[in-house]
Amino acid sequence: MTSDTHTPVARPSRARQVWRSMRRSRAAMVSLSILLLHLLLAVFAPWLTPWDWTAQDGYNMLQGPSAQHWFGTDNMGRDIFSRTLMGGREALKVTLLGTLLAMGWGSLTGISLGLLGGRLDEWLMRAVDALLAIPWLLFLLLIISTVGQQSWVLILTLGFFYGIAVIRVARGATLDFVARDFVMAARVRGESNWTIVRQELLPNVLDTLLVEGGMRWAWMLLAFSSLSFLGFGVVPPTPDWGLMIADTRGIISIAPWATLFPALALSSLIISINLSADAFGKAMGLDRAKAPV
Amino acid sequence: MLKLILNRLVLAVLTLVAVCTLVFAVTEALPGDVCTAFLGRNAQGVRLENCRSQRELDKPAIERFATWSYGVVSEGDLGRSLKRNKSINIMVGSRMRNTLLLATTAALIGIPLAILLGVLAALRRDRRTDVGISTGAIFAMTLPEFVTATLLIYIFAIQLHWFPAVTTVRHNAPLLDFLPNIVLPVITLTLVMSAHILRMVRSAMIDVMASDFVQMAQLKGVPHWRIVFRHALPNAMLPAINIIALTIAWLLGGVVIIEQVFNYPGIGTLMISAIYDRDLPLVQAIALVLAAIYVGVNLLADLASLVLNPRLRTARG
Repeated sequence: MTSDTHTPVARPSRARQVWRSMRRSRAAMVSLSILLLHLLLAVFAPWLTPWDWTAQDGYNMLQGPSAQHWFGTDNMGRDIFSRTLMGGREALKVTLLGTLLAMGWGSLTGISLGLLGGRLDEWLMRAVDALLAIPWLLFLLLIISTVGQQSWVLILTLGFFYGIAVIRVARGATLDFVARDFVMAARVRGESNWTIVRQELLPNVLDTLLVEGGMRWAWMLLAFSSLSFLGFGVVPPTPDWGLMIADTRGIISIAPWATLFPALALSSLIISINLSADAFGKAMGLDRAKAPV
Repeated sequence: MLKLILNRLVLAVLTLVAVCTLVFAVTEALPGDVCTAFLGRNAQGVRLENCRSQRELDKPAIERFATWSYGVVSEGDLGRSLKRNKSINIMVGSRMRNTLLLATTAALIGIPLAILLGVLAALRRDRRTDVGISTGAIFAMTLPEFVTATLLIYIFAIQLHWFPAVTTVRHNAPLLDFLPNIVLPVITLTLVMSAHILRMVRSAMIDVMASDFVQMAQLKGVPHWRIVFRHALPNAMLPAINIIALTIAWLLGGVVIIEQVFNYPGIGTLMISAIYDRDLPLVQAIALVLAAIYVGVNLLADLASLVLNPRLRTARG
């Protein structure tokens, strides 16, 4: 590392390099396409559904997949295909915003702590370790069960809790750079701490943070659908995969399609995010397997 | 060395105190209590006051917290459940036993399996075996626990009739009664847990196999299996151990979901009903127990890395 690498910022060649490396992996391309398809379907779902996703039909209950109802109907005669199409919207909205929030506050705190160091850093990291010892599900359930199940509550609580783990990762990545010459040079030039964070450190830890963000997103989606499954997430009649699986798993022996299609949708989304983040990390030369959950 | 261990112990206790205080503070700050959960959200007047004074909820929060903490520290008494008016020690005790049965069985099967598969994948890096194992691991790891569990129930309980779909055993039944019921929950938990560990072992093992001392041993003509298991594996386990501990602790959340799916009478199902009921002492006790497990597992991991890595023993406390 030479001391004059002041512009590792947005070198266009770097992005192209990563992209080219990803293009070579078939797994990466497949998972990226599935992810993109999921996002597109979620955005345009209201115009694509063949049936009203809340309409009940007493004469067509528990029908198997057919030309009319591609994925069959559930125990209230609702069209599973329409509900599966709609079922990812709330989950994607909440987890995308939640991940942005978590990455935002987590990485800013982590980078600042890594740069400042000293006693503040030591004490706050102890606090972070203690916070990580909290059974997270217990806290989420407590807060959601009393404050309510509105989207913003879920976004804020998930964003807050997932940000704590991000602090550690961001701080760890920052520590690799704070002792380097270019940070020293910026200090000697008399740059403010905020400028150093923004101009020197953030561009360098961005790789790690992006991969971390993808991973957090997948985990948050898992947590969100688990909450929904337990009845603490999306409020019915809004369709949601986790909730649909919880509602229909009692009738799985007579109408397996009602459970299997939402399960397939949810699984393919989470796996595609994970594989994309994995491939992205590999293309940038980061080893994701060693990161703690 | 002794100082190092003492240091860790003090930190562990401080963490537990912090978790308890935080859980108490949050449950206090949130609206509603066991009486509003029991009598309905809009309950008011004499009934509500009676309910509260019976359960000593009319006393100041600090006083209640102090009484509860004193009970825990002096007699190990976790208090009484407000909803069911039973001793929490008894309620938590049998369910904790069931959860530990589930978790330790899964760990005993999952951890050796994960290490073995991880080593195998590392040695066959980027070949068909590795791709197969790694892809399988990603699937097992990323599928939500309730999806995996539901699929297993569909295949093994409903289609094949091999195992029961849900647990119908009472929480205080003898352990042997759990035998056919526990199979599917254990498989679910094992799948998720070993996938995480496998990935870490694989990546640590790849690093170690590329190091100088392994090459040296190869040049000296040390048998391959001896290099792998005597020289490389212990060194690969070093970075993996702390992360394994973190993973196990983090999976406690997953255990809650698995118990819920299989209706398994463990600490997770108890936790969810305690939260529904706003049964504060019970929530507190469960938080304390779960945090204690987390801290305990991390402590064990620290000790294990002290054993594996002599260099740490002389490091500064």
